[in-house]
Amino acid sequence: MQGDNQALLSVRNLRIEFPNRRGTLVAVDDISFDIAPGEILGVVGESGAGKSLTGAAIIGLIEPPGRIAQGEIFLEGQRIDHLPYEEIRKIRGRQIGAIFQDPLTSLNPLYSVSRQLIETIQTHLPLNEREARARALELLDEVGIPGAAERIDHYPHQFSGGMRQRVVIALALCAEPRLIIADEPTTALDVSIQAQIISLLKGLCKEHGTAVMLVTHDMGVIAEAADRVAVMYSGRIAEIGPVQEVVRAAKHPYTHGLMGSIPHIGHHVDQLTQIEGSMPRLQEIPSGCPFNPRCEEASDRCRVERPNLQGVEQSEVACHLFDAQRVEARAGE
Amino acid sequence: MIAFLVRRLLQAIAVMAVVALCAFFMFQFVGDPVNQMVGEDATKADREYLRESLGLNDPIPVQFGKFALKAAQGDFGVSYQHKRAVSTLIVERMPATLELAVTAAILAALLGVPAGVYTGLRRFGFTSKLIMTLSLIGISLPTFLIGILLIYLFAVILGWLPSFGRGEIVKIGAWETNFLSVSGLKSIILPAITLALFQMTFIMRLIRSEMLEVLRADFIKFARARGLPNRAVHYGHALKNTLVPVITIIGLQLGSLIAFAIITETVFQWPGMGQLFLQAVQVVDIPIMSAYLILIAFFFVVINLIVDMLYYVVDPRLRVDQPSGGGGHG
Amino acid sequence: MPEAPVGPPSVWHRIWDSDIFYSFRSSKITMVAAFLTALIFLLAIFAPLVAPHSPYDVATVDLMDAELPPAWEAEGDPRFLLGTDNLGRDLWSTILFGTRISLAVGFLSVIFGLVVGVSLGLVSGYVGGYVDSFIMRVAEIQLSIPGILIALLLAGTLRGVLSAEAYNDAIVYVLVLTIGTSIWPQFARTVRGSTLVERNKEYVLAARVIGLSRFSIMWRHVLPNVMGPVLVIATINLAIAILSEATLSFLGVGVPPTEPSLGTLINEGQNYLFSGLWWITIFPGMVLAVLVLAVNLLGDWLRDALNPKLR
Ligand SMILES: Nc1ncnc2c1ncn2[C@@H]1O[C@H](COP(=O)(O)OP(=O)(O)OP(=O)(O)O)[C@@H](O)[C@H]1O
Ligand SMILES: [Mg+2]
Repeated sequence: MQGDNQALLSVRNLRIEFPNRRGTLVAVDDISFDIAPGEILGVVGESGAGKSLTGAAIIGLIEPPGRIAQGEIFLEGQRIDHLPYEEIRKIRGRQIGAIFQDPLTSLNPLYSVSRQLIETIQTHLPLNEREARARALELLDEVGIPGAAERIDHYPHQFSGGMRQRVVIALALCAEPRLIIADEPTTALDVSIQAQIISLLKGLCKEHGTAVMLVTHDMGVIAEAADRVAVMYSGRIAEIGPVQEVVRAAKHPYTHGLMGSIPHIGHHVDQLTQIEGSMPRLQEIPSGCPFNPRCEEASDRCRVERPNLQGVEQSEVACHLFDAQRVEARAGE
Repeated sequence: MIAFLVRRLLQAIAVMAVVALCAFFMFQFVGDPVNQMVGEDATKADREYLRESLGLNDPIPVQFGKFALKAAQGDFGVSYQHKRAVSTLIVERMPATLELAVTAAILAALLGVPAGVYTGLRRFGFTSKLIMTLSLIGISLPTFLIGILLIYLFAVILGWLPSFGRGEIVKIGAWETNFLSVSGLKSIILPAITLALFQMTFIMRLIRSEMLEVLRADFIKFARARGLPNRAVHYGHALKNTLVPVITIIGLQLGSLIAFAIITETVFQWPGMGQLFLQAVQVVDIPIMSAYLILIAFFFVVINLIVDMLYYVVDPRLRVDQPSGGGGHG
Repeated sequence: MPEAPVGPPSVWHRIWDSDIFYSFRSSKITMVAAFLTALIFLLAIFAPLVAPHSPYDVATVDLMDAELPPAWEAEGDPRFLLGTDNLGRDLWSTILFGTRISLAVGFLSVIFGLVVGVSLGLVSGYVGGYVDSFIMRVAEIQLSIPGILIALLLAGTLRGVLSAEAYNDAIVYVLVLTIGTSIWPQFARTVRGSTLVERNKEYVLAARVIGLSRFSIMWRHVLPNVMGPVLVIATINLAIAILSEATLSFLGVGVPPTEPSLGTLINEGQNYLFSGLWWITIFPGMVLAVLVLAVNLLGDWLRDALNPKLR
């Protein structure tokens, strides 16, 4: 997979650190993955696994003292980490859109929806005020806001939560980005609205050919919307592969635990109790495989040697159970 | 809007009534006004006559009613010390204080707001840290000491500026102004700086922390994620959202400027209301004290009303009374 | 003492957790401030032992020594390090004793304000209803009026009620009352806010179920939680109280010249500034400024250390 020229986004060996006086916390450790054009990549994992940080790194919004300590990020073959501020700013919104968790706080309460839309459109597209407004109206229609023409000049507080998240989606789509990073876009919403927002997002992206990195805790959302899924644990990718394979035939013991039941929307990873214990804090990540203390199949090797991602069927898994020789040995039994 | 204003107005009237009550009780329980007005050797009959004519023998609620009614018309009685109508004394002194306070307010806002925004945006910069350190010194030096130091430096050692008084005053009708003569202008410089310095640092620090608070907000992160230029994010989204608290702060500070003018006026022998009030406190001249109390409360109430109305202009959440959920589940 | 099963972490634990010692060690300015504060406190406490002259002892004061400049100036006298004032009192000794009064008034005022504010805040948050809205309304009105104005009005009123002599005798208490009154609302608001949050937490409900009284619940659970902010407010208000005392004394409604505080000294000295006797004002002024600055720096540091998010 390395150096795949067809990938829209390539993340290579990304490492994100938070230096502090006691040393350095490694929040994201050596992760690599690709997103193909138009593809929806689901990203799951427990709280603190590093999902949001990965997303923030891609759009260049890691807040100091956090920093990208290592690795490269390519968008359509062009390297976008280490870009000067103005350059990465022009990519944000134009080529990579973002949607955050809470629609209630994502919108500026003092600006009308039209103003926020027009401002964003005009930042990226050479349109005059009137054209920008027409486009804003179009977008609101597209994200399914009833009576968009009357509501365009309303303020965020005049919209309900679901409607606000639709406005947020419209804002992310303003300049037709090739990729959208959606960080838990439905977590803050009512269960009844979650499915609508997800199918809206999925529909719009298929229509426009937009790829999505969909961060979520919700296995149902993954099963519903994602093409591929990455499972993160302690700042690393445990398993990544086509959604069918990962959900139905999980390979990594951690993924096994996650997928223990047939997922449906509204089913949260956090509620799963199949796996004993909890993810270690950043200061206490054990040597070897970070999952080893909770893993029933852990061997001595797992406690010492860190497993790397390796191809198994169509997926990649970071687990010593799938080391070539062992698999052969097993097969030979 | 109307309902809101009416409610605010009623609250303001209630506050004024409470303050008037305090002022009235000061009259009631502090000293005997009759003793203050006549000499030690006045006869009993004289005193009784005065009591009666001042209405001091009426029941308390009646006295308070009369007091409030008079106060509302600007009649606060006669100063024990000056033997003149308090209202005249205050009106005479008011221009001096107002000119000083307004000059200081403009100075403080003009320097404090940009400094606060700047230090909020560049909080790790060297200049920001320097400004913050200096501001802490500004907060730690008492106003009167700053005044004294300024006098010592600019009046005693350098001899550039006058050390006390208003200088040459030009009369426009009943208003006596500093601004139309060179010596008047020179005279207001030191007192205005003295008065402004504390307010400036205060405004600056508050705006800085507001700015830091707002910059952490989700909508700022989202604005950045949409690729908006820094200019739009900082001076549009962030600054506008600090406006509500900033208006409150500056509004309230205006009121406290008038109070802090007491100190500045004392240091610079500035013939304003503050000096009048302080002298009154020193000799327990109750009519002036209570009049001043009511006047300051009135200032505060008016400023608060104006601040409330400005909120309406700034914050759309207050303008629209109920959020129309419109198709919340659509 | 038996602890409730699921209590909040104790304040000491949190202070430890917030790396307070580290942040103290890593900030030179804070260390200097702490050193200066400690130095001034000690000098003030031990003023009777440290001061070469007693400013209250008329016998040792000689008018012949009046208005001497500091010892290093040409006309200075080695007996009087910082010179003498207009009455011939040794300025260094007078400053030491003045600082003592200033600090005493500052501390007592903060303690008064703290006790009143914390109690009212607890009551307000826990009882709620009319009591709460009344207390908070008063606090709100008071917060919007500058403390110095309230203090001046109270001082003026008390002047009218008491005789001049009684007033001067009771001046420290008058100042404590007036300054303390002007600072209680901040404590009350903070404590109330915290009480409201804690009131509905499970462990408070649990504590009630196992039959602890309301008071001991508040005492044991709410108080430790607000200790941090209260400490910060207290420190910052100590600086403000010291300033208020100095200001009131400067304005002539505070400590009388016979037993001068720093503010009184500055006020007295101001009259001699024009005749070139700068030291009578400048030295007490410097001590006051350094003291307040040091306490402010400590307060700032404490606030950031207890709440690192703010910086
Ligand atoms: N400013 C910071 N300083 C130190 N550590 C941080 C900081 N921001 C994030 N982290 C750490 O980085 C790790 C990953 O955080 P991240 O926000 O990416 O998690 P996440 O997978 O998105 O979790 P969630 O599901 O809760 O959103 C966490 O352990 C967190 O403690
Ligand atoms: Mg996250």
